[in-house]
Amino acid sequence: MSASDHLALAASRPAAARHAAEPLVANPGYLLPAFALLIVFFLLPAVATFAISLTDWTLGGRAFSFVGLQTYRDLMGSADFHISLANTLKLNLFVIPASFITALLLALAIHNAAKAAPLWQTVYFLPVTTTLVAMAFVWQWVLHPEIGIVVWLLTRIGLQPVNWLNDPDIVLYTIGFISVWQLVGYYTVLFLAGLLSIPRTLYEAAEVDGARGSLDRFLHVTWPMLGPTGLFVFIITVIKSFQIFDVVRVLTRGGPNKASEIILHTMYQEGFVFFRMGRASAIATMFFLVMLALTLWQMRLLDRRVHYG
Amino acid sequence: MRWRLLLINLALALGAAVMLLPFAWMLSLSVKEEFDIFTSELRFLPEQWDWANYYEAVTTGHVGTFLVNGVIVTLSILALQILTIVPAAYVLARKNFRLKPLLFSLVLAVLLIPPQVTAIPVYLMIAEAGLLNTYAALVVPFATSAFGIFLLRQGFRTLPQDLLDAARMDGAGEFYALWTILVPQLLPMIAAFGVFSVVVHWNDFFWPLLVINRIELATPPLGISIFASDEGGNDVGPMMASATLIIMPLMLAFLIARRRFIEGVMLSGIKG
Repeated sequence: MSASDHLALAASRPAAARHAAEPLVANPGYLLPAFALLIVFFLLPAVATFAISLTDWTLGGRAFSFVGLQTYRDLMGSADFHISLANTLKLNLFVIPASFITALLLALAIHNAAKAAPLWQTVYFLPVTTTLVAMAFVWQWVLHPEIGIVVWLLTRIGLQPVNWLNDPDIVLYTIGFISVWQLVGYYTVLFLAGLLSIPRTLYEAAEVDGARGSLDRFLHVTWPMLGPTGLFVFIITVIKSFQIFDVVRVLTRGGPNKASEIILHTMYQEGFVFFRMGRASAIATMFFLVMLALTLWQMRLLDRRVHYG
Repeated sequence: MRWRLLLINLALALGAAVMLLPFAWMLSLSVKEEFDIFTSELRFLPEQWDWANYYEAVTTGHVGTFLVNGVIVTLSILALQILTIVPAAYVLARKNFRLKPLLFSLVLAVLLIPPQVTAIPVYLMIAEAGLLNTYAALVVPFATSAFGIFLLRQGFRTLPQDLLDAARMDGAGEFYALWTILVPQLLPMIAAFGVFSVVVHWNDFFWPLLVINRIELATPPLGISIFASDEGGNDVGPMMASATLIIMPLMLAFLIARRRFIEGVMLSGIKG
């Protein structure tokens, strides 16, 4: 049967029959490597994490039993887990608005910086390219309470030295600051792309309508037009903020006295220091549910964007 | 207007000083001798330039080993990803078959799974297979990427059918035509994905921390953390020299190919 015969036949058949005429699968050899790996290393493990969370399994312990949702109940009743949850929340409530607002201001400034704009974009993006673990060790010495340069500057202008990583009231914000430092350039680039897509004519129209000051223009043109980008950036800041781990692991290990213990670090400790796989999996599952909700929200936005485009 | 521009640039310069401060301090400490580091006097330039820190970073710090491991691991991952992603994305984009919606949903489902969630079962599999402390443990779990399939599928959909037909007419096999005619058309997209993949896996700390505990097999972030805990974290000069050497490759790549690099890294926004 030639291709044109095939086409004519397909057109004359009802849709369902045409569908049935399609093969079950095409080029299985092309699909197999990728899909076998996706199933073995992503899909089944995600299901297994939930399954393990329903047991009291510890690595090395031979026997284990099904305990249903008991592990979740234990976690919810555990004072330590409450601390971890509260710290995660506190860290997010600092990192998310700080990243969002700083990035927005930077993008607006860079957008209006004329010739120097590419230079500033490069400088602010530089930390995004770095290995956070290596830079965490650098920050440790920048912020050192005796020989760090920040303390030197503070004492120079007559302020008290601060023990950034060992003061339980401050440590979370120090970790948050390092995270913002690393990723703010990333969000700035997202905002800059949003700003570039606002048509010039809108500003001219707004000016005709009497929007003279820069605040007027921001409120009546920039901000409404930036809305979808803003929501998109916001969700990414939330996702990235929940994923903070490296700085805590290498600089504080959750200390001092659990002041910087956050859920991903708790999961790591439970699973790979105490080998309580059931507990670690329960934390991972809860983490998954939060991330799932956020990512689905983000995908819906992306979808809408594609349709607009 | 002139004043406004000046003010904006001044504010940006002030912020830039904060952004660049750790880099400046890192370079400064990396060429200082110990007496120059542990002092309340503050100098950016050392009293005496001391390159011994870099020597120590490479000898007792094994930085050379981390860098080589980083290159081996990231490039192996990328090569395997391209080999598995390209054919799968091509078939999902250009062929019609009944399992297609199911397979595409599977790709989307995997996109929703953050890496921390699969870590425990994958760790158990790797341990069961006796692969802890091997390169395979670092590479195999990432040998394909749902995000890469998703991205390249869109790329393949944009290519004109004529291109493929022309290749078939010449009697070229499908596999040969795919790699020699279609793939070159998508090189910019593949390059962006390559940057994304290399940056993610060069910087990844969580997974190597789980499966590697020998310094000879460590990738850069894990290596410097092992070095820090071995030395009690007080060997400041060599630590800063190590940090400099570890962040240098990606930073140089960024400075040389700024646009390409940003394009690649920004993909992680879609990935989450």
